[in-house]
Amino acid sequence: MRTQEITVNLGPQHPSTHGVFRLVIHLDGEVATGGTSVLGYLHRGLEKLAESRTYPQFIPYTDRLDYLASMSNNLAYVQTVEKLMGIEVPERAEYLRVIFAELQRIASHMVGVGTFVMDLGAVTAVFYPFIHREKILDLFSMTCGGRLTYNYMRIGGLSHDIPEEFLPKLQEFLDYMRTALEEYHQLVTGNEIFLARTKGVGVITKEMAMSYGLSGPNVRASGVCYDVRKAHPYGIYDRFNFNVPVFESGDTFDRYMVRMIEMEESVKIIRQAIKDLPEGPVLGKVPKLIKPPAGEVYHSIENPKGELGFYIVSDGSPKPYRLHIRRPSFVNLGVLEEIIKGWKVADVIAILASLDIVLGEVDG
Amino acid sequence: MENNIHALIKDSFPELEIQEGHLQVSPEQLAKLMDFLKENGFAYLHDVTAVDWPQHFTVVYQVRSYEKPDKLTVKVNVAKDKPVVPSMTGLWDSADWLEREVYDMFGIEFTGHPNLKRILLDESFMGYPLRKDFIG
Repeated sequence: MRTQEITVNLGPQHPSTHGVFRLVIHLDGEVATGGTSVLGYLHRGLEKLAESRTYPQFIPYTDRLDYLASMSNNLAYVQTVEKLMGIEVPERAEYLRVIFAELQRIASHMVGVGTFVMDLGAVTAVFYPFIHREKILDLFSMTCGGRLTYNYMRIGGLSHDIPEEFLPKLQEFLDYMRTALEEYHQLVTGNEIFLARTKGVGVITKEMAMSYGLSGPNVRASGVCYDVRKAHPYGIYDRFNFNVPVFESGDTFDRYMVRMIEMEESVKIIRQAIKDLPEGPVLGKVPKLIKPPAGEVYHSIENPKGELGFYIVSDGSPKPYRLHIRRPSFVNLGVLEEIIKGWKVADVIAILASLDIVLGEVDG
Repeated sequence: MENNIHALIKDSFPELEIQEGHLQVSPEQLAKLMDFLKENGFAYLHDVTAVDWPQHFTVVYQVRSYEKPDKLTVKVNVAKDKPVVPSMTGLWDSADWLEREVYDMFGIEFTGHPNLKRILLDESFMGYPLRKDFIG
């Protein structure tokens, strides 16, 4: 009997690609022998757009990078401009930024693990995290009116203070999170089918993870202890006490576990931040016209998906001469073609989901 | 810690000047320097991008260590009429997509890259949009 390799298009319109991403899979029977990633379907040219916007005008554009972590994107961008101009941020704003960034990390990881388990076929398991995430979105929308794109951070602080009912609601949510995570572990983590589908699947070795420049939970699942919050502390992260979960085997299960434990750690950080939250203004002294001195700056932070960096070159005018975004999902996705080799189509989908990419960020 | 690595670079590349973590090298020196950095703990090629200046392009590399807080910015100026730099794909796999993005947006060629073609834009796209003289 004559056999031949066939190619199958996964996407660009396919629910498992979590957006508009195309993976051309080369198949020998049901086993993938390789793949080619095709991206750019959501490319909007943000870097070019930035050159004709003023510095504050670009904040809403960052919302649309990783649209599951808009708060963190805001934070990375405004901190970069602050670094370039040497602007001081009031203490209260610094603490609130940490609270929002960590809430955002929980919200993003909820979608990450939820859709991952869904792609394994467990549809029930996607609804629980989405219910939990909804509570975070409620907190966000009560603060700034948005559920997805917040535009909340400003160069020098925040656009406005939190409403009165925010802190009691947040406290309630943190208590709720403990049982929510326990429940999810019982529902999913110990499940035999889940373990069979994830353990040892899509392994990224430590060497591979480093060579492909991975960051975020993906690199920490492969035995590399690298978290920007610890390695290059930014804002006031050096004041908090938290652990960085690291797993050794680099399979899809470990990537899932890193995210689950990181959510617990984020809860810890938020509790400390609430305890120390000072009174005061939330926006520092910022010139009316943002005109950074000529020069350049690179700044990166630990986003839920990995290390998000902004590189800004200023010529002294109110608009950036060049703005480059180092997008973690884009770099993390680079390893996919390599790690799907030898796995069945159903596993390829699980492996893709375990990398937790967002196409708004991959394409930029 | 950071001064250690600076001293190490100074020993091996006395002609280079390090200013606030920035290193300016020529395209000819780049491969040798990067090889040296990779050997000395910079296992993480974090980012590659470029800037279009009136006289030349500058390719900007962010190299880091996963274990230590060391980080460096390496810059290479390339001529506008023949923008060519050696590819770093032999040292880091992350260079593959990062260099393709720079090629896509600036038309800078990376010699030795195994698959240098557009990554975000369509193959039929004309021009390089992040160049300052690009008219969309």
